Amino acid sequence: MSIAQYLLLSSVLFCIGIYGVLSRKNGVMVLMSIELILNAVNINLVAFSALTDNIAGEVFALFVIAIAAAEVGVGLAIVLLIFRNKQNVDLSEIDQMKG
Amino acid sequence: MIAQNVFFSIFALLMIVSALKVVTTKNIVHAALWLVLVLAGVAGQFLLLGAEFIGVTQILVYIGAVIVLLLFGVMLTKASIGDEENINMPNRVIPAVIATLMFAVMSYSIIDSFRGEKLPTETVTNAATVSDSIFSDFIIPFEAVSVLLLAALIGAVVIARKETA
Amino acid sequence: MMMTNLLALAESIPSKTVQASGWFLETAWLIPALPALSFFMILFFGKRMKYKGAEIGITALAIAFILAICCAGQWINQVNNAGHGHDQEHHQGDDHGEEHQDSNEALNSENIEIAASENITIYAAEEKGEGYESVAVDAVIQRFTWWESGGRTFHVGIMVDGLTVMMLFVVTAISLLVHIYSTDYVSGDRRYTHYFAFLSLFSASMLFFVLSENILQTIVGWELVGVCSFALIGHWWEEKPNSDAALKAFLTNRVGDMGLLVGMIILFWSAGSWSIVDINVAAINNEIGQSTLLIASLCLTAAVMSKSGQFILHTWLPDAMAGPTPVSALIHAATMVVAGIYMVARLYGVFFEGYDIAGSSFNVLALVGSVTLVGAGLLAFVQDDIKKVLAYSTVSQLGYMVMALGVGAWTAAVFHLFTHAFFKAGLFLGAGSVSHSVHSFDMKKSMGGMRKFMPTTYKTFLVCTIALMGIPPLAGFWSKDEILVGTGGWGLFGGTGGNGTYVFALVMGIIGAALTCAYMTRVIYLTFFGEFRGDTHGHGDPHESGKRITVPLIILSVMAVAAGFLNLPVGFLTGNTTGWQERFGHYVEPVATYFPGISHGTPSWSLAIFSTFVALSGVALAAHYFFVKVKAQSPAATELANGLTSKNKLAKAGHTVLKQKYYLDHLYTDIIANGTKGPIADAAYWSNQKGIDELVNQVGKQATRSATFVYEKIDQNLVDGVVNLSGKASEGLGETTRTIIQRGKVHQYAAIMFAATTILAGLFIVFV
Repeated sequence: MSIAQYLLLSSVLFCIGIYGVLSRKNGVMVLMSIELILNAVNINLVAFSALTDNIAGEVFALFVIAIAAAEVGVGLAIVLLIFRNKQNVDLSEIDQMKG
Repeated sequence: MIAQNVFFSIFALLMIVSALKVVTTKNIVHAALWLVLVLAGVAGQFLLLGAEFIGVTQILVYIGAVIVLLLFGVMLTKASIGDEENINMPNRVIPAVIATLMFAVMSYSIIDSFRGEKLPTETVTNAATVSDSIFSDFIIPFEAVSVLLLAALIGAVVIARKETA
Repeated sequence: MMMTNLLALAESIPSKTVQASGWFLETAWLIPALPALSFFMILFFGKRMKYKGAEIGITALAIAFILAICCAGQWINQVNNAGHGHDQEHHQGDDHGEEHQDSNEALNSENIEIAASENITIYAAEEKGEGYESVAVDAVIQRFTWWESGGRTFHVGIMVDGLTVMMLFVVTAISLLVHIYSTDYVSGDRRYTHYFAFLSLFSASMLFFVLSENILQTIVGWELVGVCSFALIGHWWEEKPNSDAALKAFLTNRVGDMGLLVGMIILFWSAGSWSIVDINVAAINNEIGQSTLLIASLCLTAAVMSKSGQFILHTWLPDAMAGPTPVSALIHAATMVVAGIYMVARLYGVFFEGYDIAGSSFNVLALVGSVTLVGAGLLAFVQDDIKKVLAYSTVSQLGYMVMALGVGAWTAAVFHLFTHAFFKAGLFLGAGSVSHSVHSFDMKKSMGGMRKFMPTTYKTFLVCTIALMGIPPLAGFWSKDEILVGTGGWGLFGGTGGNGTYVFALVMGIIGAALTCAYMTRVIYLTFFGEFRGDTHGHGDPHESGKRITVPLIILSVMAVAAGFLNLPVGFLTGNTTGWQERFGHYVEPVATYFPGISHGTPSWSLAIFSTFVALSGVALAAHYFFVKVKAQSPAATELANGLTSKNKLAKAGHTVLKQKYYLDHLYTDIIANGTKGPIADAAYWSNQKGIDELVNQVGKQATRSATFVYEKIDQNLVDGVVNLSGKASEGLGETTRTIIQRGKVHQYAAIMFAATTILAGLFIVFV
């Protein structure tokens, strides 16, 4: 197997994740898309770790998993707060930071 | 060699289709379930690459915890049963363009750089190796991540708690 | 250690020149250092001391005086030893061109150089039978390198020879006596301590000046004594006439100082050295051209004219009498005014060659001296202030000294300096004693008949007056007579002249002698005889002054009597021996490479008798006028009521001219100063206002107009327009950004971020 196919897979998932982040209005959907991106990155890391026989890639992927979990936790807390205040999680309605 | 390639292709196809479904379906619960498939596929890729511990951790953490958390979030934000109306942005062309562009750039650079590189045949790394590395070379990131998890825990609780009036 | 080196040096030099040496001579720098130290100590501690600082000054001067005496003794010893140790050979100044510098590396110290002696001998005598031994004794010179710059080394040091030693003695002696006198005279003064401080500083400056080894030091000392003179004349500066007098003294000296500086610089450049010895040697050996020397001598003569009160720059000296009397005695009689004489005596090689004294019958120095001595003598007749009479008398006697130097009678001039210091100081201090009791200096108004009240003062004053008149056997006779001899002259008097035939100088000298006697007789009569005209404001009769005033007077009058015997002419009473005659000249006149070969006039009995006769006739005339005629008029009268000036128009006019001091002050103040102040200044002002200012104003106007144009057209419209435009553009851009880009839509932000990242990544891949 060549490394390229893993990397290409990773990039496909990454781009699909980007599409999801940009085109979904629901907060929870955006979080799911972010999960896609993070997983794509993980595949990339582990693939390179296998290529260069350096364990650091896997360790890094482990840390990414941990951080992703934390991030989802906090992110959902925020989404809940938004829901509590606005009774929906439509991200396009959150525009109070406009100039 | 052949077997790995075959399995890789199967997993890859599964993942891509599921990912596409995640970002296009109108049913939010279905999106979460499609995400489960993606994550499982990722775990399978990990196992194919010989990263046993990471693969198992992926299943445990991501599918076991993150998805559950997301589903809780779906429930608490009163997602509607069946199709959700307000799930997509009105303009979906620009995101598509951006995504495609990004893919084009990345794939060009990947193919240009890593065209013929082959992975080594035996690439299995066991948990012992990973743990050795964590607790010797990466002890500080490990500690930092634990602090981060603590912070995230406290933060999530603080943000989401009910106001005690 | 140094002694053995010096002796070795002396023995290694061929035959006839001996380097003088001795502890006192080599540490003669202590002598000015002590008063300088006392100056600072008085300034810092004086007010707290018991006698308000006077004791510091007196102690310092006393020690300096003792050191000066020791120096003198040692020098005399040196000259005597040099004479005994060598044969009496006579050389006629050979080896003029040969110079030989001994190396200085034999000495241990790096900084102290002892000037090596040249092995040229120049003898002061050309003929046999003179009173001089044929051994040259070089001065003791100590030098420190002060700084080096541009390849030239600047030294500071001392030069001690007979002349120096004599001056040290005179300055310290008179300064000490003046110090003691002042403790009584200025007691209770508003600035007693500062007075003593400045007296010490003056003494230190004068001693420093006298010990100068090079002409830079001479200039420094010259200026320092000028400053001290200014400070001391203006001691009671709260009264405007006093501060005016101080300024006049200083500024008139300044005029002469231009000559000093120019002359010294000319000498430096032509001789290549600052050292007095080098300059003299270079002048004597004709290394410097005669015209250069002449110009230098003329410039230095200008300096002498101002400092030593020669005609026409003498006007400051009488006004300087505004200072306290001890100051006048010290500075303007005995020491500072002789600075010019000393300078000429030191650099005599320059003057001797420059003015060609040996070969001519007229030169500027003799002319200046002669004119001064008669002119000032005439002025002394019309003064009412006793100190002013003495001031003009000083000017006149300084004229004698300058004239003597001008005709080549070096020893005579220096000897006259020596004797004059004592009797003139005595006269001034006596005048001070009189004024101390009557509180005024005006002879006509406040004095008269003081003989009864102040016998000691009268006696000492009389003795000093007789010395001044030049009546034998007192000091003035010997010194003045030697000057007259030195002028050469007709040869009518049986003696042969000195260096030339200065007939004019001789005539003026004799006239001056007569004048001196006459005006001093006038002073004696007006002050001590007749009836007391003054008013003591209820203090009773005037009384004799205290011991501290009278004892210095007595000492000075004793010196006035005794000093003359130091330089008895050769052949006096005992034929041609050299045992105890000409002692002063023997020790003081340098016999060395740096002193030119002057010839000495032989003394003549007939000239001595003639000059005594002239002096006595002057006394007789004046005595007849005053003691007989005026007294006959009334005991309290001061002049004849129907005297010559009231009868004869010419006499009256002459009297007026004298009263107006030859209109010199009028010339200086009204014509020169006011002329510069008035018309020239007005012209300058006019040209400035109309010419330069107009131009400046026009330029200003044009600048304003162009500036206004620039402001209105360019700045307001163009520049500001651009600035405003840029402001508007920013505003528009901001508006665009606000309304289009930053709408608060999170997705939009995310989209932009991702798009940017894509583009950047693409660029990165393509170009890197």
